[in-house]
Amino acid sequence: MTLRTRSREAKGPLDYARNWPLRIWIALVLVFLYAPLACLVAFSFNESRRNIVWTGFTFDWYGTVFGDDELITAFVNSLTIAALSTLASVVLGALVAVALWRFRFPFKPVFDGLVALPIVVPEICMGVSMLVFFSRVVPWPTDLPWPLDLGAIVIAHISFSFPFVAVIVRARLASFNRELEEAAKDLGAGEFRAFIDVLVPHMRPALIAGALLAFTLSLDDFVITFFTSGPDTVTFPVKVYSMVRFSVTPEVNAASTLLMAVTVVLTLIGLKMQGKDVAKMGNG
Amino acid sequence: MTAKTLIRIEGLTKRFGDFVAVDDVSLEIGEGEFFALLGPSGCGKTTLLRMLAGLEMPSEGRILIDGADMSRVPPNKRPVNMVFQSYAVFPHMSVKDNVAYGLKVDGVPAKQREARVYDALALVKLEDFAERKPDQLSGGQRQRVALARALVKRPKVLLLDEPLSALDAKLREAMRFELAQIQDKVGVTFVMVTHDQDEALAMAGRCALMQKGVLQQVATPSDLYEYPNNRFVADFIGSINLFEGRLAVDEPDHAVIQCPALDTPIYVDHGVTGASGATVWAGIRPEKIDMVPRHGEARPDRDGASAGHNLAAGQIRNSAYLGSETVYEVALAGGTIVKVLRSNTRRYEERGFDDGDAVWLSWHARSPVVLLS
Repeated sequence: MTLRTRSREAKGPLDYARNWPLRIWIALVLVFLYAPLACLVAFSFNESRRNIVWTGFTFDWYGTVFGDDELITAFVNSLTIAALSTLASVVLGALVAVALWRFRFPFKPVFDGLVALPIVVPEICMGVSMLVFFSRVVPWPTDLPWPLDLGAIVIAHISFSFPFVAVIVRARLASFNRELEEAAKDLGAGEFRAFIDVLVPHMRPALIAGALLAFTLSLDDFVITFFTSGPDTVTFPVKVYSMVRFSVTPEVNAASTLLMAVTVVLTLIGLKMQGKDVAKMGNG
Repeated sequence: MTAKTLIRIEGLTKRFGDFVAVDDVSLEIGEGEFFALLGPSGCGKTTLLRMLAGLEMPSEGRILIDGADMSRVPPNKRPVNMVFQSYAVFPHMSVKDNVAYGLKVDGVPAKQREARVYDALALVKLEDFAERKPDQLSGGQRQRVALARALVKRPKVLLLDEPLSALDAKLREAMRFELAQIQDKVGVTFVMVTHDQDEALAMAGRCALMQKGVLQQVATPSDLYEYPNNRFVADFIGSINLFEGRLAVDEPDHAVIQCPALDTPIYVDHGVTGASGATVWAGIRPEKIDMVPRHGEARPDRDGASAGHNLAAGQIRNSAYLGSETVYEVALAGGTIVKVLRSNTRRYEERGFDDGDAVWLSWHARSPVVLLS
């Protein structure tokens, strides 16, 4: 009833969703964005070895994925690298953000620019430079036990993820009321205590967002990882790439679907944590 | 000053680059006093307060609290707590945790802490809100949290930075009385910064008026109003009509000032210790000016001082009805505008004055203040 009365009402100036051409436009955008992903997921359930014709429904390919030791190792490697580099990027990025927000020091604009550089430098350049760095300047030993052998990749991932964290945290810090920190000190807290008790809680939503971004960036990364990984340190994207070189089997689809699921779930968790925080931190 | 001196400020100066925010201020504040730092925005009063709190370090001079030199002591080591202008209530902590924070940092045992927190919350009447988060409180309640949080630490001095500026008019008035009451109850020395003269006059025992970093006058509210030191003070506190003139007669028991803006000289019933012939300013408060209708040229009879003084003919230019009183702007013959304030003591009073009416303005010989600068 309410719906019908509403639809008879005159269209408001901002009721874009009731505008036919715009509705079609939105539908097209969604199709272009999600149709390829939907196909990928759908064909992971395809019985046929070939990814072209639908022959029947099966879970077999997921079985194959879990039976493929190399793929599982690559997957575990990817998650480990992502976890380690996220941890380091969040700490480093937050500290960089606080330093840039709080202090004045010589060459601050230069430092500011250099920190953002990994965001804009083409990935391929980063990759090549990392390759040169780890093979010539600081060769990373290859015979280390797991997970130390992932060190080179982790360092490479930190170097391109922490600037993103820094940018996000710094934006959040702009809304910080300095009087909160002064109040903490006035009430008896030293520098460090005030930082932990007041500044960190304020940064929390940004830290979560930054962590989420760092994690997905690391999990996804192919180009830079490709240049820094060795035969024993294969990550998931690199492994998938090598599998695709022979043929795109539904096994690749199934593995990709799993990766997508992991990423989506993590993002949802992160957004949920952040949403609560943002609502709470609304006024300060 | 009644009690012993608690805060002694000696030649305090604060410079930010070339800008002098606080310029050689010396001041003493007694124990248990309610002291107000008053001044227009940017006069340095907040900087002075922040130096008391330890949030700014002085460029020169000393601050002694209870005899101990605090000039270089960091804020967390001072027997001083502050209520910030934004209240600065920690948004991620409940009311109770906010109030307990200072005690927790100090390592007060949990049991004692609990009792003190509830005492403090009772003092500001927030017992029922202990578990709330700050975003579930009104502005007034948040201020109470800030107040309880500072007082729970039993400071020697409580600093308040524009405590009432963020509240709406009604609440502000109620809070004025309540703050004064709380101060009475806890007996802590309060130092308040405000740009609102009403606030300072209503609450403080003594006020310091600052301008451009310089202390202009330190006095009780009534002295500040009735006996200002200079034109800035006279003009800042309340409103005043200032007439520039020349000191024509200066005897121990009276003085006469010739003002070009007025038809008759101003007669004052006390002597002025200024060089005869010097330029002085006579200030007369709007409520101390008498206004009667003017018909023809006949001058009204005046009691007291000699006739031919303290009288001016004018015409009402404008009036502003403010409910309890009306402010008239009266234009004198020379064009000078004089403000006159009449209380509306009766409703539907036989019509007072209308714009355009011709009036006589007069005042008592005791009313003008003579200012030398």
